[in-house]
Amino acid sequence: MARSTGKDAQALFHSLRSAYAATPTTLKIIDLYVGFAVFTALIQVVYMAIVGSFPFNSFLSGVLSCVGTAVLAVCLRIQVNKDNKEFKDLPPERAFADFVLCNLVLHLVIMNFLG
Amino acid sequence: MVGKTESQNGAVKATAAPAMNLESDLFSNFSFKSFKLKTKQQELLLRVSILGLVYILAFITRLFSVLRYESMIHEFDPYFNYRTTLFLTEKGFYEFWNWFDSESWYPLGRIIGGTLYPGLMVTAAFIYWTLRFLRFAVHIREVCVLTAPFFASNTTVVAYFFGKEIWDSGAGLVAAAFIAICPGYISRSVAGSYDNEGVAIFALLLTFYLFVKAVNTGSLAWALASAFGYFYMVSAWGGYVFIINLIPLYVLVLLITGRYSMRLYVAYNCMYVLGMLLAMQIRFVGFQHVQSGEHMAAMGVFFLMQVFYFLDWVKYMLSDTKLFQAFLRITVTSAIAVGALALGVGTASGYISPWTGRFYSLLDPTYAKDNIPIIASVSEHQPTAWSSFMFDFHILLFLFPAGLYFCFKKLSDATIFIVMYGLTSMYFAGVMVRLILVATPAVCLISAIAVSATIKNLTSLLRTKSKTAVAGSSKGTGGSKASSKASFDQSQPFQKNGAIALLLGAFYLLSKYATHCTWVTSEAYSSPSIVLAARGAHGNRVIFDDYREAYFWLRQNTPPDAKVMSWWDYGYQITAMGNRTVIVDNNTWNNTHIATVGRAMSSYEDEAYEIMRSLDVDYVLVVFGGVTGYSSDDINKFLWMVRIGGGVFPVIKEPDYLVNGDYRVDKGAAPKMLNCLMYKLSYYRFGELVTEYGKPPGYDRARGVEIGNKDIKLEHLEEAFTTSNWIVRIYKVKPPNNRW
Repeated sequence: MARSTGKDAQALFHSLRSAYAATPTTLKIIDLYVGFAVFTALIQVVYMAIVGSFPFNSFLSGVLSCVGTAVLAVCLRIQVNKDNKEFKDLPPERAFADFVLCNLVLHLVIMNFLG
Repeated sequence: MVGKTESQNGAVKATAAPAMNLESDLFSNFSFKSFKLKTKQQELLLRVSILGLVYILAFITRLFSVLRYESMIHEFDPYFNYRTTLFLTEKGFYEFWNWFDSESWYPLGRIIGGTLYPGLMVTAAFIYWTLRFLRFAVHIREVCVLTAPFFASNTTVVAYFFGKEIWDSGAGLVAAAFIAICPGYISRSVAGSYDNEGVAIFALLLTFYLFVKAVNTGSLAWALASAFGYFYMVSAWGGYVFIINLIPLYVLVLLITGRYSMRLYVAYNCMYVLGMLLAMQIRFVGFQHVQSGEHMAAMGVFFLMQVFYFLDWVKYMLSDTKLFQAFLRITVTSAIAVGALALGVGTASGYISPWTGRFYSLLDPTYAKDNIPIIASVSEHQPTAWSSFMFDFHILLFLFPAGLYFCFKKLSDATIFIVMYGLTSMYFAGVMVRLILVATPAVCLISAIAVSATIKNLTSLLRTKSKTAVAGSSKGTGGSKASSKASFDQSQPFQKNGAIALLLGAFYLLSKYATHCTWVTSEAYSSPSIVLAARGAHGNRVIFDDYREAYFWLRQNTPPDAKVMSWWDYGYQITAMGNRTVIVDNNTWNNTHIATVGRAMSSYEDEAYEIMRSLDVDYVLVVFGGVTGYSSDDINKFLWMVRIGGGVFPVIKEPDYLVNGDYRVDKGAAPKMLNCLMYKLSYYRFGELVTEYGKPPGYDRARGVEIGNKDIKLEHLEEAFTTSNWIVRIYKVKPPNNRW
């Protein structure tokens, strides 16, 4: 992220960190979940690069399950974030129910696709 | 009878919006107490009943073909769909999914389960099973015939909700009424036209509606629903590529115009990931979403959205703009670099397939003509003429720009979507005739906005008038209100008259539209093209049922394993109705095989005999319109056979069949033309026949000339069957002569 040289990068990093510290814990948990999902997806991609993508549907379903989970979690994060004015009308319970529903569909399809 | 109800309904739908307003006014005089509730209820009642009428209307206006002819499957592709549906209902889903069809593309065969869009067949089979479960003893053919009208009815409901979402319920109602009778849609969804497009337009509109709804609400549930709509669309028609390119384009436009929102992020990402995953479950589509160039736009936009969201988030976290600028520069550069690198590596390594010819031919209308004769040879792939725009859209063509104006005036995420859908699909409709179908829903919706907004403005003018008149006469409540309105009146004295005149004009146009649609449906779009109808010399109707005659002859008089060679147009019909193996059919997946047949048709008889022997051909079927004047016969298609055959086998040269660039069949025709197999088979024994009074024998009525070669002798083939009007002629290939 901060690959540029000098103090700029450090300043950027510090200000980001300090800003992030103010995030509510629930959102931090979601962030962790997203980070984990993206990390798993990356591992799979690296594994594919080394070993090969032969059962391509398995590889795809593995990566897409991670990507899908991450994206859905980001959506949930957007919807439950109090600072987003666009989603004032949406109660967090409803957002979570939608999230669970989408995950259910996602993983049922993944199971079918895994082969 | 149908026509009458139709035009009445046209009037009903046109008056819908003002009627609501006027009636609510009348009502306000009678009861003041429950005023609010009553009008609301009344409006709801009106809306539901209008929608119900439109629903029924959409169904019955498509039944002309059943009334005029009979309950039968139309044209070419529907016969394949019918055959597969029959198989599905008889053998079950697993057999269907694993079906290897040895009756077509002899000797190659075709893996049907993996090379078709199963949505239509599964839908019809599902309806059939449901009806059976409810103890309605229907035949599967009736279900297939009525599937398209049923889905057209459902489309009107979707159009209503879509119109409601982008404008208001009045526009929704008008859109539903427009799309119910729009010829551009009817052409593909009359009863009997059992083709993928019938359900696909419903699925297309449903996907778009749900996506717009998802963007408007930012809800994951709606995005999920839209992903399911997309799944249904993918399962039904190859036109899903339009969705998977239009939606990213729309997102991109919103991003560029600075209308990016969290709602858009939620809607697009959920829809893309789930829709892509669901679409991969259709075997014919398979991995295309990650491998083919046509789907890469969606993936690119998906990643772009992530980058955009991330940047947005960092911007929100950082208070220092200067730092953000630096950060932005680095991230954008690296993101673009990574994206370009991935695309380059993918394309270079062959992992991402390049765009297909069909896609190119959409972007560049002249591409197919130069490079892919098999696409250019299909009449529905030709560029659209102005007259067919007028024919299919009528007044909608003029209302469309007006609607665009209203959309631009009240710009929102939803109206941007419909504008983009309208403009892109209009372009594609100009490239190919058959894509008018895709443009139809957009044109109907946008025109509905124009009509609804105009009528609403005019009636609101009238309404204020009537209110002041009532208030003035009763001299009761609201005197101050009346006086303020009165001053408003005096400023524009002819406003009322003008509004009434404009309203009358609008109703006149709309009723013209309704009549035009009914006329087009009954005259032009209800012909099954399996059974031909013509006017006799005394004005009576003559029916030519030669196709079915020939196919039933094949079914009953040839050995069950006989192989029939014909031009690919008739392949599906021969397998479905004649139940015999064919060499090529309408699923034009193997160009070489088709070119071989084209070469056989355009060679001399002895050369053709070698080719036919190598393909195990037992019968040859040609379609000939010289007796009846039926112009889409094989002689008129012959140049395409030469072109397609010559594209693969350079021994066939188009100039050999032309005289000074002219295509002719009379005495002045090219010698190769007069002796090629197609000519011989079409005109065999035709020289003895007098087709028209006062003309010499052998007068070809389809081309209006006396044929050039009247003395045709066949050496390796013999005539097996010719139908009563000579439209279909079947020849048997003789076994080889004894060698000694």
